[in-house]
Amino acid sequence: MLKSSDESEKKNLARKVKDSEIGVPIVYGNIAFWLGKKASEYQSHKWTVYVRGAGNEDLGVVIKRAVFQLHSSFNNPTRIVESPPFELSESGWGEFEIIITLHFHSDVTDNPLHLYHHLKLYPGDESGPMSTKKPVVVESYDEIVFLEPSEGFLSRVKNHPAVIVPRLPADIILPPVPMEDVDKRKRGDANDHPLSQWFDNFSEADELLILAGARQQVQAQIARLRRQLSLVDGQPPQLKAASDL
Amino acid sequence: MDAKDILGLPKNALPIQEKKSKPPKETQRKPDGISREVYALTGGLAPLMPSVDVNQLKRKAQSENEKITWKWLPFTNSARKDNLQLYHWVRVVNGVPPTGDYSFAKYNKSVDVIKYTDEEYEKYLVDPAWTKEETDHLFDMCEQFDLRFIVIADRFPSSKTVEELKNRFYSVSRAILIARAPSPGDVVGHSLVKEPYNPSQEIERKRALSMVLSHTKQQERKDVEVLAEAKRISEARKAAKAAEEPELPVMADAGHDVTDKAAVAGDSVSPSQSTQFPSATIANPVSETASVVASLRMLQVYLRSYAHEQMVQAASSSAGLRTIKRVEQTLQDLGVNLKPKVPTRAVCTEHLELRKEILTLLSLQKQLQYKEAEGSSYREGSYAETPGTPPPKRLQRAADLDRTFTPDSSSFGGERVGKRDLKRKGPGRSEAPSSPAQSKRPRKYKASD
Repeated sequence: MLKSSDESEKKNLARKVKDSEIGVPIVYGNIAFWLGKKASEYQSHKWTVYVRGAGNEDLGVVIKRAVFQLHSSFNNPTRIVESPPFELSESGWGEFEIIITLHFHSDVTDNPLHLYHHLKLYPGDESGPMSTKKPVVVESYDEIVFLEPSEGFLSRVKNHPAVIVPRLPADIILPPVPMEDVDKRKRGDANDHPLSQWFDNFSEADELLILAGARQQVQAQIARLRRQLSLVDGQPPQLKAASDL
Repeated sequence: MDAKDILGLPKNALPIQEKKSKPPKETQRKPDGISREVYALTGGLAPLMPSVDVNQLKRKAQSENEKITWKWLPFTNSARKDNLQLYHWVRVVNGVPPTGDYSFAKYNKSVDVIKYTDEEYEKYLVDPAWTKEETDHLFDMCEQFDLRFIVIADRFPSSKTVEELKNRFYSVSRAILIARAPSPGDVVGHSLVKEPYNPSQEIERKRALSMVLSHTKQQERKDVEVLAEAKRISEARKAAKAAEEPELPVMADAGHDVTDKAAVAGDSVSPSQSTQFPSATIANPVSETASVVASLRMLQVYLRSYAHEQMVQAASSSAGLRTIKRVEQTLQDLGVNLKPKVPTRAVCTEHLELRKEILTLLSLQKQLQYKEAEGSSYREGSYAETPGTPPPKRLQRAADLDRTFTPDSSSFGGERVGKRDLKRKGPGRSEAPSSPAQSKRPRKYKASD
């Protein structure tokens, strides 16, 4: 009897919630410190490539493991990180593309996701000479979208800070899920990360403001042109008279 | 020699210098050892290494051990049937002439043409279109001419086409093969049995080939276009099908409408294409968007930036490259990133809507320009007299009011408006450099109207 109720519960958890999606905002990139006088020819920088929650939240709630594929000149270029924080530190001299493959928990999805990041070590012209104190930081913001999440996944994450869960259909009743270990979550988040002082703050507000302003301008232009078009359409011969004025 | 030392090469180059017969350029001697022209050819430098592997050259030493003479001797050719005896020079080593057949006899290959008996003919090979004499003659010729059917066809007494001759030959051979085989299973693997000669197919094939060969350049171009069309249509169909497939088990209403539209769009494209002369298809943004949504659904998990890019592409699918460039220029003028720096759901939606609105704006501008160009054909005289007066006064006023942002030429003063009417198409961005301030100023927070 117990067995069958377990199975039906599993099936319930696996049921997908239609027409909904879950978003996980992430930031990924690298921080590189020049080693200064400790630098050798082949190890001039110490760098860390990472994937973090956009607000430094713990991503372990969705990500099972992250695989960082480095340049083939590195020993064991395929580095697997099984728990948060999902980052990898190395030392070297070269810039190259790193492929970060995210594997998610089984109740999330079986499909992995690839991120591509070009490792940046050297500051480039605008930033002046290299300093051992100020690192080179390049970060990219993005959001992982999970379509039609399973009920199990949804109930597991609906109150988690790392995850954006939109308003669900009112008739959805999600099964209860054991309380999350709050301490474990805190350990996984990046708020106390030693490098957190260098993290960029990505705010959508600025971009939204610019976009709203742009849209307004364009809409005004469109309205004006529509008016003009209707006028031109109405009276081609009369235009001649108007220009003679 | 010192060069060799430097390179650390072994000194077996020394024997080269002793051979007088060797081309002088192989020596390491200075100019007086080799002729002036050769020295000039090598560029005035001694070669670092011999260009020819010394060991491969025929050693004179070997020829000194054996005694080689040449003799004029008779020979026979096993490929001949008539025992004709001819003479030729033979290389004799130490008094022993070479043995073996004439060296070219092995190239005398011929085809094994089947020989049937009269009995077999009566039993298996009777055919209404062929008499026995004709068939026999055909087989003789096949053997004589090694199955060169073109030659046979030329010489065959009654005029039969190459395909007919081939057909008769192969079907006879096949019939004999099957008849003589102890059991049908034995010959099943034989190529004649597996793939019998198909004359009608052959005729078709040759006709098609000659058509392709005689294509004019124009026909070739048409073919390429038609193929490109077909490819596009089949891809649109495939996308529509992919959109349909996940819908079938689910049957969500919203999705259903979208895929219906996609299927309809895809189908409506094809019949029109097949009837009319192929022209460039304009991809339908609605169907493109639907296929993007479908492909995202298949992925289950993806990055929002990726999804956004796909949607932007789908929305601009009906626009040409120039239009897309103008959209991007407009975005830059407005101070908007071409790819959102913070791609949240809201930002992506707004960005997409903005792009669509810009597309609408650009198409409205184009419409207006065309209308004006049409209008200008009504004004012949007055226009030339007053070059400074812009014809549609309203436009000028509008341009004055809104000096902050207007894409294209409508903001660029009176004189230019005149020029615009003379050429049908708007001058576009090319006029921008004359008023750099306007395009460079970032128009971030102007709600000008």
